[in-house]
Amino acid sequence: MANWIGGDQKIPQGRLILVSYLVVLGVLLLLVGFWKLQIVQSGHFADLAEKNRVRSIPIIAPRGKILDRYGRVLVDNYPSFSILLLRDEPAQIKKDLPQITAGLGITAADLQQQLVEARGEPKFQPLIVKPEATDADLAFVESHRLDLPELELMLVQRRKYPPNDFLANVIGYVGEVSPEQLAQSGGSRYKPGDIVGKAGLEREYNDILTGTDGMRRMVVNSIGKPVRTLDDTEPIPGKPIQLTIDADMQQVAEQELDGKIGAIVAMNPQNGEILAMVSRPAFDPNDFSIRISAKEWGALNSDPAKPLLNRAIQAQLAPGSVFKILESVAMLESGVPPPSYHVFCPGYGVFYGQVRHDWYAKGHGEVSLHNAIVHSCDIFFYNVGIRLGLDRLSYYATSLGLGKLTGIDLPAEEPGLVPSEEWEERVYHHKWYPGSTVSLAIGQGPIDVTPIQLVRSISGIAMGGVFYQPHLLKDFTDPKVVHFPISDKTVVEVVDGMYGVVNEDGGTGHALGYPILAQAKLQNVEFCGKTGTAQTISAKGLLRLSAAERRHFGYNTWFVGFAPKHNPEVAVAVLVQDTHLEAGGVAAPLAARFMKAYFQKKLGQPIQELEAHAAPQKASLEVTSAKTASEAHN
Amino acid sequence: MAERPRGFELDWWLLAIVMLICLVGLLEIYSSTHNGSLHGMQWKQLIWIGIGFAGMLAISRIDYTSMLDQTPLLYILSVGALAVALVIGSKHFGARRWIEIWGVNLQVSEIVKLIIIIVLARYFSEVRTDRLTFKDLAKIALLVGVPAGLILLQPDLGTALMLVPVAVVGAFLAGIDWKHAAGVLALGAVVAVVGWNGHFLKAYQKQRLATFLNPEESPRGAGYQILQSEIAVGSGGFWGKGFGKGSQNQLGFVPVRYSDFILAALAEEQGFFGVLIMMLLYLALLLRLIDNAQKANDRAGMFLVMGVAGIFAFQVFVNAGMVIGDMPVTGIPLPFMSYGGSSTIFGFFALGLVMNVRTKRFVS
Repeated sequence: MANWIGGDQKIPQGRLILVSYLVVLGVLLLLVGFWKLQIVQSGHFADLAEKNRVRSIPIIAPRGKILDRYGRVLVDNYPSFSILLLRDEPAQIKKDLPQITAGLGITAADLQQQLVEARGEPKFQPLIVKPEATDADLAFVESHRLDLPELELMLVQRRKYPPNDFLANVIGYVGEVSPEQLAQSGGSRYKPGDIVGKAGLEREYNDILTGTDGMRRMVVNSIGKPVRTLDDTEPIPGKPIQLTIDADMQQVAEQELDGKIGAIVAMNPQNGEILAMVSRPAFDPNDFSIRISAKEWGALNSDPAKPLLNRAIQAQLAPGSVFKILESVAMLESGVPPPSYHVFCPGYGVFYGQVRHDWYAKGHGEVSLHNAIVHSCDIFFYNVGIRLGLDRLSYYATSLGLGKLTGIDLPAEEPGLVPSEEWEERVYHHKWYPGSTVSLAIGQGPIDVTPIQLVRSISGIAMGGVFYQPHLLKDFTDPKVVHFPISDKTVVEVVDGMYGVVNEDGGTGHALGYPILAQAKLQNVEFCGKTGTAQTISAKGLLRLSAAERRHFGYNTWFVGFAPKHNPEVAVAVLVQDTHLEAGGVAAPLAARFMKAYFQKKLGQPIQELEAHAAPQKASLEVTSAKTASEAHN
Repeated sequence: MAERPRGFELDWWLLAIVMLICLVGLLEIYSSTHNGSLHGMQWKQLIWIGIGFAGMLAISRIDYTSMLDQTPLLYILSVGALAVALVIGSKHFGARRWIEIWGVNLQVSEIVKLIIIIVLARYFSEVRTDRLTFKDLAKIALLVGVPAGLILLQPDLGTALMLVPVAVVGAFLAGIDWKHAAGVLALGAVVAVVGWNGHFLKAYQKQRLATFLNPEESPRGAGYQILQSEIAVGSGGFWGKGFGKGSQNQLGFVPVRYSDFILAALAEEQGFFGVLIMMLLYLALLLRLIDNAQKANDRAGMFLVMGVAGIFAFQVFVNAGMVIGDMPVTGIPLPFMSYGGSSTIFGFFALGLVMNVRTKRFVS
């Protein structure tokens, strides 16, 4: 008989009942727990469940197009596929990595790098492994839907910029929103990964160009795979902007500057509309529309030629003899020295104990203001500058628009500099040397201007002291107008001088400028202008250099002109940097050819400039927009 | 006792309650798996129920007194089997829990649970006083500790823990000194601390416990399971989202929704109302078991039934508590509802013991 029998066989009924109560209590506690979740916090958890279940994927709104003044498309969008890598299953990715890299033609190292960088981000955020999928890539993804489920396609709208760097520095480029911009917007305007304008017009008019992204709400399962679409909110495309730019004139200017370093900016003096703006060397904004590699970006940024710089508004250089026009206005308006003032120019002069040479060593002989402008006589303007003094020079230079922002509708315009005694003391902690006034008198020394400042200033003078705010947007509301009245007599005198530069025998722009107009049978175009040459290094410094080294320190040559003489409708500033020819040799014929093209177009004649060597380029621009259109239909 | 005439009496109420729970379990397994690669699981579960049911009938016919006679042998066999499973057992999901016999994987620890119930029933029934001595407690601790330790080494924290309520319930019913009870609690605390700091818990077990304490810390990491379960339960509201309509369940956010977290799936689709009914069913099951214990023919039978009740109660409280985030994730299934061969078969075998005890009371 087993020993477990025979003890006290009494069942502990009391304790069993106690256990029953404990069981009831336990179940009640559990029910309270469920009640708290299911009844009290039900709404909160329902929200969480909804967030789990529904994934919102933005449908990117296309950016607005950019059109020229006649509505021709300059910047367009085209649909493109990005290849995404879903990162939900790292083991799967690891296994498939060789197949993916081989199939998409990307290096394993790059992909690994991307994966490592994305480790901190939520797993459901896919990785863009190929931003611009080719047809072959698409076929690869489609045909491996089953064995490579981690690859996904996303349709995006990309920017299509004109080829050959056309208008590149003006248009700018787009890129992913920066952390700073994100912080600035307070997280409401932008979200990470948004494409925004980073430079140029893309940045200036980003708010107009940017549309409102739509939203696709999808039901996803626990590994993030979409199960079905709930609904779509259609994106609102960005609005187009129409520019004051004339694509034809822009093309002419682009060609003129091809292979050079410099800028051309053309403006209508009567309203401030910019007709053309070129900066060279430039860059291809299309490189930015996909994803610029760190290498390319580094190359662009560190390129000594500074292709990202828009020289038309950012190059701050001495104006050289162009400054003589402003000085002439100062002389005539202030009466110091009197209008009849004339000097004898022997080819040199002594000022404050220093011998200064005229650019024309033989001398200009007896010179009046008119001749001084036409022949750009340095000795005459040295004398005038000394008589005017720094205060008057800088007062007029500033009043006529130098050394300050023009207010053009582009980001990052540079102000330049007009010196003053106050400035000299603040920066250099010593008094202004009177000898510096002599340099200033011919636009050298501590004076920096931008091409846009010069074109606005000369335009304003030709308009009798009405200075318009230059702008690129056709519907620019209310451009600022600065009135600095200049007497008619002064305007006539100065404009006559500038007319002489181009049209009189011996004028510094004549030999190179006028024949071009004549050849185009545009003799009745009253083209006025002024040359300028500024040494980038002092003459003494230049002498110390070897011939080879001297090549790097050429001249900055300017030509600023307008036409016609009365009520000018087009003004142009041309800057060619680091050239070894003086201004008349480089900048003037360039400006003349631009003017020729302008009036040929105005008269309805074929634009020779475009017909001749530019035809293929123009054609390619048109082909591009046609191609874009057909792609958009696909 | 062979001369005693054998009767056969099933507890039809108990069976009805269990079958209802099984039915709800089957439906919810179907709902959780029908639109995925796991579809058809409810049929497999039905087979487990069938096997379990047959086993239950068989066990209910073996006189439990003869089983109690064999406790030393059974105990040695089970400890031996656990040791063998540790050494040569096949690895499933990283744990050595199974012994392959004739091509069938047997989860030894499930059988061991039954044997421990029997062993402890016998031990408790042999205590002749109304108060367990310190020596008694030490023996019980040893009896439970050895197999529990071996199971823990597999590692299977959940099953190892399930042995504890058998001893606790038994000790309570046998009569325990409050001082001893306090001592045991203190010892438990020490074991918990040492277990945490020593190398007795696997990294994932620690992770689960740490996660239990702070589930929102890492929504995509370890706390994910608890959080998703809570979301499923909470979003169910009072009436639930409807059969087959729980997004947390259907889209796979609820972890192992057909097994350990089946109550979360049910709570989402049937709401608090469904949970209430399930809880009442489990309450009925436990109270019915206690009723059987009260009517047992002898103390050994009572301890057998209460051992079973202790394990079921523990499973229900820990599993339901886990689903609402009040208990750590330890891999303890809900009896008769969660999908799983071993746990379903164990449940029915345990019921067999209960039926056995019930049969006995009519014959003596």
